[in-house]
Amino acid sequence: MSQIAVPEPRPRQATAVALTILAVILSVGAYVLVGLGKRGKVPLTLALYGSIFAVGFLIAHLVIRRFAPRADPALFPTAGVLTGLGFAMIFRLSGGLAAEQATWIAVGLLLFVITLIVVRDHRQLDAYTYTIGLVGLVLLLLPIVPGIGQTINGARLWVALGPFTFQPSELGKVLIVVFLASYLNAKRELLAIGTSGVGPLRIPPLKHLAPLIVAWATSLAVLFLEKDLGASLLYFAIFVVLLWVATGRATYLVIGLVLFAAGATMGYLAFGHVQLRVDIWLHALDPNRVNAFGYGQLAQAQFGMATGGLVGAGLGRGSPGLIPYASTDFIFAAIGEELGLLGTVAVLLLFVVLVGKGLKTAMEARDGFGKLLATGLTVILAIQAFVIVGGVTRVIPLTGVTLPFVSYGGSSLISNFVLLALLVRVSSGRAPGRGRRLT
Amino acid sequence: MMDRQLRRLGAAFLVLFVVLFAQINYVQVFGAERLADNPANAKRQLIAEYAVDRGEIVANDGRTVLARSRKSPGELRYQRLYPQGPLYSGITGFYSFVYGKTGLENAYNDYLTGDAAELLPQTLADQVLGRPRRGGTVVTTIDPAMQQAAAGALGAQEGGVVAIQPSTGYVRVLYSNPNYDPNLLAAQDTAKVTAAWKRLTSSPDNPMLSRAISELYPPGSTFKTVTSSAALSAGYGPESRWPNPHVLDLPQTTATIQNFGGEYCPGGSQITLIEAFTVSCNVVYAEVGLKVGAEKLAAQAHAFGFAPTTSGETVPFDIGWSHGVFPDASYFADRLPEVAISAIGQAQDLANPMQMALVASAIANQGVEMRPRLVEQVRDQDGRVVKTFGPEVYGRPISSRVAAELTQMMISVVEHGTGTAAQIPGLTVAGKTGTAQHGTGSENPHAWFVCFAPRLDLAVAVVVPDGGNLGSEATGGQVAAPIAKAVLEAALRG
Repeated sequence: MSQIAVPEPRPRQATAVALTILAVILSVGAYVLVGLGKRGKVPLTLALYGSIFAVGFLIAHLVIRRFAPRADPALFPTAGVLTGLGFAMIFRLSGGLAAEQATWIAVGLLLFVITLIVVRDHRQLDAYTYTIGLVGLVLLLLPIVPGIGQTINGARLWVALGPFTFQPSELGKVLIVVFLASYLNAKRELLAIGTSGVGPLRIPPLKHLAPLIVAWATSLAVLFLEKDLGASLLYFAIFVVLLWVATGRATYLVIGLVLFAAGATMGYLAFGHVQLRVDIWLHALDPNRVNAFGYGQLAQAQFGMATGGLVGAGLGRGSPGLIPYASTDFIFAAIGEELGLLGTVAVLLLFVVLVGKGLKTAMEARDGFGKLLATGLTVILAIQAFVIVGGVTRVIPLTGVTLPFVSYGGSSLISNFVLLALLVRVSSGRAPGRGRRLT
Repeated sequence: MMDRQLRRLGAAFLVLFVVLFAQINYVQVFGAERLADNPANAKRQLIAEYAVDRGEIVANDGRTVLARSRKSPGELRYQRLYPQGPLYSGITGFYSFVYGKTGLENAYNDYLTGDAAELLPQTLADQVLGRPRRGGTVVTTIDPAMQQAAAGALGAQEGGVVAIQPSTGYVRVLYSNPNYDPNLLAAQDTAKVTAAWKRLTSSPDNPMLSRAISELYPPGSTFKTVTSSAALSAGYGPESRWPNPHVLDLPQTTATIQNFGGEYCPGGSQITLIEAFTVSCNVVYAEVGLKVGAEKLAAQAHAFGFAPTTSGETVPFDIGWSHGVFPDASYFADRLPEVAISAIGQAQDLANPMQMALVASAIANQGVEMRPRLVEQVRDQDGRVVKTFGPEVYGRPISSRVAAELTQMMISVVEHGTGTAAQIPGLTVAGKTGTAQHGTGSENPHAWFVCFAPRLDLAVAVVVPDGGNLGSEATGGQVAAPIAKAVLEAALRG
């Protein structure tokens, strides 16, 4: 397959420039407002942090323009605004964490640029299916290894190497998606064939079901060995969704749901901490339990968001410090307190845009691998946003995952920028002209 | 070929996000109030409460600040300050994030926070302009010079002082010693506040108990103002003549009643009511009580605001207070001797400076007892008066004739009776002393003085329990009268 080089029309580039500038303005603006709201003056670190956003976003934009000229113009700026908003909120909560987060943003942008430059065509990745899959699996299960694995907040997700601790599963999940996209693209014809079955349920041959079983077992391993509910749910969702998208067979969704229900029940019965999560979810506002560990933090998140109301207390003027883990798991609640419903709706809409653009990228991709890759990456963003926002707002039991681009955390932020680079890469390789149907 | 699934996936994601939208609308808007009021949300409720620039409490000069708010660097945005320290603690009460609020801080909370309807326009304007919410200013009736004078004259002695403007009921002095510094409880350091609270509540001095309005003491001879009111109303004039023995046998018992120090009252075998009042003759007033009878005595006391028990409310007041106690007439049915003893302010009788100042005020105000007031007006955040608490009549315990006769009797006390220590050159002072025996703890009597100066439109009542500095030698004239005098002098200077 050869790509026909069609020069992109000017308006598209102009849109990308305008959106990137807007992202810089929103990011730096939110951060300056935090300084004004908190201390009544422009923060002293403006030059430093302001230039990270201005220079970083601009370089990223230029690299996209040079190396992925036909990429969707909204992808990067949308993620950029989420990053900026998250940074402002982290800066509001703690100057120290903000300094670290700024470093991670810089590193993340660097890896975004490197990924775009190195991976000139996403199909390059299709050649290393099993290598990537193996590395992904290793990263996923690395924290289990005695000696380097570390348990933080009850979950064994961390790996310590010298002075650094990181969450290898954050990058692992991106690699797993690449692997699955590649694997399923190659096998989807086979997996789509149902041979035996009862009634309308056509079950594919056992050897093709094996990957599903392996994925399920891996998820359970993550749940049992790393005690990480959120990641476990995320992997399984990615796998089932990709399998279904690849084959178009609803049978996989049904089997997936059954397996999920079985896994969830097993987890609930086997683990006190899973039962506790469910109990916290149901009784977070019970005055008798609110001072118990876990209940209080979820209750404080509700109280914080309620205090924010429609327009919020204003950046730097609320008390999000009362919410435990406000910079990581609960950053959505902190945003709700200081920016109100307007802020939380804005964040959700940004995710809707990101997910929408991701699925559009998948639809416009011309190869099966590209489609599945974009789908998988988008599913990561969508499920993760839903799981954490739903957990914080008590739609579902809370499981600790980060809010992509927004939460504090180096591993998460860097992996998300790599994810974004791959999405931008796939979107740049789309069928020419299709994006301009309306013009 | 995968596009069909992708469209469905998009729809599924949309459904998930719609669920989130619905939920955040519930949490942040529709269910927000319920969450805000959740009892577990105490910390944020506290923060919201302390985000208000709580209004000032000022003296009647509008300048002397009894309580104000200061910006605080901590999580609680404002901190309460009491610039005068303990001097006005019995009036303002305290505003503590650990122990709640008392006194005017509690009673006028809605005005101080700006929640009151009268302050709503300003409060809303502040909200729209994004300014911190400010409360209204509570202007008290307290006169700082007189309050200072009362505190200075009482010195280190335990005691309570209340001064009221008889024509309006405006309270000019409300002072009690020992007292406490409300700043200790308004601090924003939980450990410090808790420690201060423990110290204050476990102190044997009981510094948070107001001797002016809360604690009750036998009123002793100051109660003769009430007995005289009943007698004068019953038709016994100031010149009515009464037998004058030095010991009175009480009915139904072998007990007797004696004069202070066991002396004869002057005047031979008979004595006029005014003379008996002037020298505070117990034997004669016991006779008066028996003659007037329990019925009229109880009715008179209750008309002034005394009640058979401490429960319930008689005379309304801005902050909680304990009215005086005098039993119902029925109580005396089989206790006739107690009528005699009650008539001289002992037995079951109880009062505090507030109750006795109300009695004196009614006498000074032609028999009209005004409702006591501690707050004259409330001003909004820009200084406009939004609420005025005008004078209000509580009742008419005595006629103006009786008030005039009683005034003459009280003037006589200060001119040549037991209350000469309250004399002020050039100023007519009407007063009554009290030296009350009591069975509690100390043998030393409570020293009382109740008075008013018609020209100053001011009534003062003072109690110094257990004799103050003079101990067992104390009398109301020696210990309490000079304190009342100091307050009157301060009023004279002002």
